[in-house]
Amino acid sequence: MDKVLSNKKVIALYVLPSLLLILAIVYIPIVLTGYYGLNEWNGIGAMKWVGLDNYATLIKDEDFWKSAGHSLLLAVFSMVSLIIYLIVAMVLAAKLKGANLFRKIYLIPMLLSSVAIAQLWLKIYHPTNGIMNSLLESLGVANPPAWLAETDLVLFALFIPILWQYAGFYILIYYAALKNIPSSLEEAAKIDGANAFQIAWKIKFPLVMEVVKVTIVLAVVGSLKYFDLIYVMTDGGPNGSSEVMASYMYHKAFKAYDFGYGSAIGFFLLLICLIVTYIIRKATASKDTIQYS
Amino acid sequence: MSSTTVNLGGEAKSGTRIGMKIGYAVLYIVLIAVAVFQIYPLIWLMFFSLKNNQEVFNLSPFALPSPPHWENYSKVWNAGNIDTYFLNSVWITVAATAGTIVLGSLVTFAITRMKWKLSSLVLGLFMVAMMIPVHSTLIPLFSMFNKVHLIDNPLSLILSYVAFNMPITIMILLGFYYALPKEVEEAAVIDGAGIHTVFFRIVFPMTSSVLATTGIINMIYNWNEFIFVNTFISSDKFKTLTVGVQNFIGQYTTDWGAIGATLMISILPILITFLFLSDRIVEGIAAGSVKG
Repeated sequence: MDKVLSNKKVIALYVLPSLLLILAIVYIPIVLTGYYGLNEWNGIGAMKWVGLDNYATLIKDEDFWKSAGHSLLLAVFSMVSLIIYLIVAMVLAAKLKGANLFRKIYLIPMLLSSVAIAQLWLKIYHPTNGIMNSLLESLGVANPPAWLAETDLVLFALFIPILWQYAGFYILIYYAALKNIPSSLEEAAKIDGANAFQIAWKIKFPLVMEVVKVTIVLAVVGSLKYFDLIYVMTDGGPNGSSEVMASYMYHKAFKAYDFGYGSAIGFFLLLICLIVTYIIRKATASKDTIQYS
Repeated sequence: MSSTTVNLGGEAKSGTRIGMKIGYAVLYIVLIAVAVFQIYPLIWLMFFSLKNNQEVFNLSPFALPSPPHWENYSKVWNAGNIDTYFLNSVWITVAATAGTIVLGSLVTFAITRMKWKLSSLVLGLFMVAMMIPVHSTLIPLFSMFNKVHLIDNPLSLILSYVAFNMPITIMILLGFYYALPKEVEEAAVIDGAGIHTVFFRIVFPMTSSVLATTGIINMIYNWNEFIFVNTFISSDKFKTLTVGVQNFIGQYTTDWGAIGATLMISILPILITFLFLSDRIVEGIAAGSVKG
C-alpha cells in the first residue's frame, strides 16, 4: 500500500507539470519584474542596468502618486459599499420568501466580462441617449453632467458599474455567513427582549465579522489592482483623472515602451498588495474569536 | 428591519401585525429596488440591441424596440469576425478549463493521497500564488512568450489561464478530496490495481460533482479574461470575444444596434449557462470567493 502511494516517479509525473507551469508563469515573472525594474529597457533592445533609478523616479513621479491616490479612493469606496452589501444580505437572510431568487438575480452582473460591463455603462452614461441622464432629466435635474468627461466626477461615475458588478458577489458571501448563524441565538435574544436592530448589531454583526475581514482584504486588494473596466471606459482619462496604478503601469510599458519603469511599477504594485493584505489582517485580527455554539 | 421581531405564537396584538406587514413591505421594496438596479441595465441592453439608429437617437431611451430589428444580430455575426472571436473564446475556454481541472486533480490527488516529504511546501507554493496580482507578471510574461515565439499564439493564453486558475481550483478540490472516503481506493490497491488505475478509474470519476463546480468557475474566468488577450494576441484570427468585441465596437461607435447585438452575443452563453446551472454557479462562486 505505502509502496504504491509513495512511488516517487508517479508523484513527479502528477505534480511536476503543474508545478513547473506555475513556476514559469507566476513565480519566475515576479522575480523578473523585480529585475527588469532595475534596468532601462524598451522591451526589445538591450537592457541597461540603472540600479534603483526607476524607483527613485517613481517616488518623485506625481502622475504615479495621483493614480495611486485614485486606486486608494476606489478602495475606500469599495470598503464603504461593503456596509450596503451587508445590510442587503441581512434583509435577504430575514427569512423572506424568494430570497434565493433575489440572490441569484443580484449575482448576474458578476458573471459578465468587464469589457461587456464597460461597454454597456458607456452607453448608460451617454450624455443624450443613455438612461442615466434621461432618468435624471425625468426626475427634474436640469443639466445632468457628462459623467465620464468631468474630471472631478469620473472616478465616482466609474465606481457605480464596479458596485453593480460586485454587489451580488459580496451579498452572496454575507448571506451564506448569516445563514450559518444558528437560529437558536436569535430566538434567545428575542426572548430576552432584544429588538431587530439590537439583534443585527449585537449578535449577527459580530458573528459575521470573520467573513467581513476576508471581504475587506478582497475589496481593498481588488481595488488596488483594478484595471479592465477603467481601461475600456476611460483609459485613464480625461486628462489622467481616472488613471489607476495598473492602468498607469500598462500605459508606461505597452504604450510608452518603457518596460523597465513599467516593471518597477508592477513590482511596487505587488509589494503594496502584499503589505496592505498584511496590515488589514493585523489590524482586524481579534484575540478572542467568537465560536458558534 | 422591524419585521424580524417576529411574534411568538399568535398572541401579538393587531397593531403589531400591521406594523409587521409594513416592515415586510419595506424589506421587499429594498430587495426589489436592488434587483431592478442589477437587472434593468441588461434588459435595456437587450432593447437597444434590437433598435435601429433612428429609434436610438430620436426616441426615448426607455422606449421598446418596435418592430425588433433582429437583423442587427445577423449583421454583426457576419461582419467584423464576431463568429471567429466566438469560436476562439469557446475552444480556448474549454481547452484551458480541461487542462486546469485535470492537472489540478492530479496535484490534489498527490497531495491528499500520496506520501512525500515536500507535499506541504508544494501546496504552499500553489496557495501563495493566489495572492500574486496578474498585472505584476504581465511584462515578463510578454517578453518570455516573445522569446519562445508564443506571442500571437493561443497557447500563451491557455498556459496563462491554466497557471493562474490552478491555485483556486486546487483549493476547491482539496476540501472535497479530504472529505472523500479512502476505503474504495485502499480496496483497489489491495486488489492489485496500479496507481493510475486508482486515480483515473476510481477517484477522478468520484469527484465529478466538484469538477463540475470548478469547471464552471474556470469557464467563467476564462471566457471573460481580457488583459492577457489584449497584451499577447494581435491577429484577429486568434482574438477572443472580450478583445474582439472591444475592437469591433471601436469601429462602430455610432451604430448602437450593432454594438448592443455584439454585446448580447458575448454575454448570452454565460446567461444561458446561468439559467440552467445557477445553483452550481452560486456554489462555485461562494467556494472560489477568495480569488479577487
